[in-house]
Amino acid sequence: MTAKKEYDVIIIGGGPAGLSAGIYTSRSRLDTLLIERGVVGGRITDAELVENYPGFADGISGAELGQLMQRQAAKYGLNIVTAEATGLELKKDKKVVKTTQGDFTAKAVIIASGSERGKLGVPGEVEVTGKGVSYCATCDGPLFRGKTVAVVGGGNAAISEALYLAKFASKVIVIHRRDQLRATRVLEEKARAEAKIEFLWDTVVEKIEGEKALDQLSLRQVKTGQKSSLDVAGVFIAVGLKPSTDFLKGVLPMDEGGYIITNERMETEIAGIFAAGDIRRNSPRQAITAAGDGATAAVNAEIFLES
Amino acid sequence: MTKPIQVDDASFEAKVLKSKTPVLVDFWAPWCRPCLMAAPVLEELATEYNNRITFAKLDVDQNAQTAAKYSIMAIPNLIIFKEGKPVSQIVGFKPKEELKKDLDAVLK
Repeated sequence: MTAKKEYDVIIIGGGPAGLSAGIYTSRSRLDTLLIERGVVGGRITDAELVENYPGFADGISGAELGQLMQRQAAKYGLNIVTAEATGLELKKDKKVVKTTQGDFTAKAVIIASGSERGKLGVPGEVEVTGKGVSYCATCDGPLFRGKTVAVVGGGNAAISEALYLAKFASKVIVIHRRDQLRATRVLEEKARAEAKIEFLWDTVVEKIEGEKALDQLSLRQVKTGQKSSLDVAGVFIAVGLKPSTDFLKGVLPMDEGGYIITNERMETEIAGIFAAGDIRRNSPRQAITAAGDGATAAVNAEIFLES
Repeated sequence: MTKPIQVDDASFEAKVLKSKTPVLVDFWAPWCRPCLMAAPVLEELATEYNNRITFAKLDVDQNAQTAAKYSIMAIPNLIIFKEGKPVSQIVGFKPKEELKKDLDAVLK
């Protein structure tokens, strides 16, 4: 447990944005604490293969990329605590970050709490989560060896998950509410070439049924209105992301979607509070852009602390 | 230092279901990164709860029978067994302090 409560910089979130910021501030010898509630590395650790992070010409697993970033940050003395940020309070010349492990204070705070998987918001979703409903194929996929699974969504995350699941499952059914994918061409071509992957177009999930384990999905074809049910052992939900900013409500200005507004120096409206990565409005939500944001935020946090 | 014990399909009944002390079974797999992150935390807890709760690990890839019996469809997945029955279940990576709350609740 971290006994020390006061730092120069506190970073909230341990994904590519937060870890990059931590590498920069620690190398500048700023006493830095990084607060992460789950797995250090962030959402990228769910990606089986990251093919667009420069420097890794043959691709790298998201888990490995996260570990490398963590190791690099640790080398320069970044402190990491496992806790969830629950609030942020502004004092005269310092900021208090409230967490499940107590309060921590710093002069500068970099918010890099990222985004989390969006939910479908249909009956049964919460109840069956962990019993067949999953938000991470690389976490749970191998548990569905030889079974039929569904993926809900049509973006990059959904199609990447479908391709990964095809290694284990006997059949992968992609359920998408439109008649074409949003995923990049490379992924779409791979998915269409994979014999185990089937598509259910113009279809939405209306209900998830199951008690001890997932039983079936109730579906509706949006164009014809026709209802049907689908027996699957697992359903992986990949329908977009939502920002993890609930703990900042009322403290920091956000857009209607809950994303934080910054300038090009990653400064928010409050002096000494910076934001980086997926949490920012209009972020492309890529590991590389998050890392860039983190470095920019760190450099400007250092300038702020010197002034 | 008390290390978690290894259990498998064959030994599950004797080591878990017939245990006199409550047993926390960590359903895990080598490919699951959150499971690997949780492992050192569980080792610390195994020492802290020594003699009160037995900590066990079951590799779900090698022991499909037990994993299927308890419908393990997400890991890390911790189930606490008391007198042969599952009394508490924790799915997903959780910080140590939260795990302790669940463990203390079982001991009450």
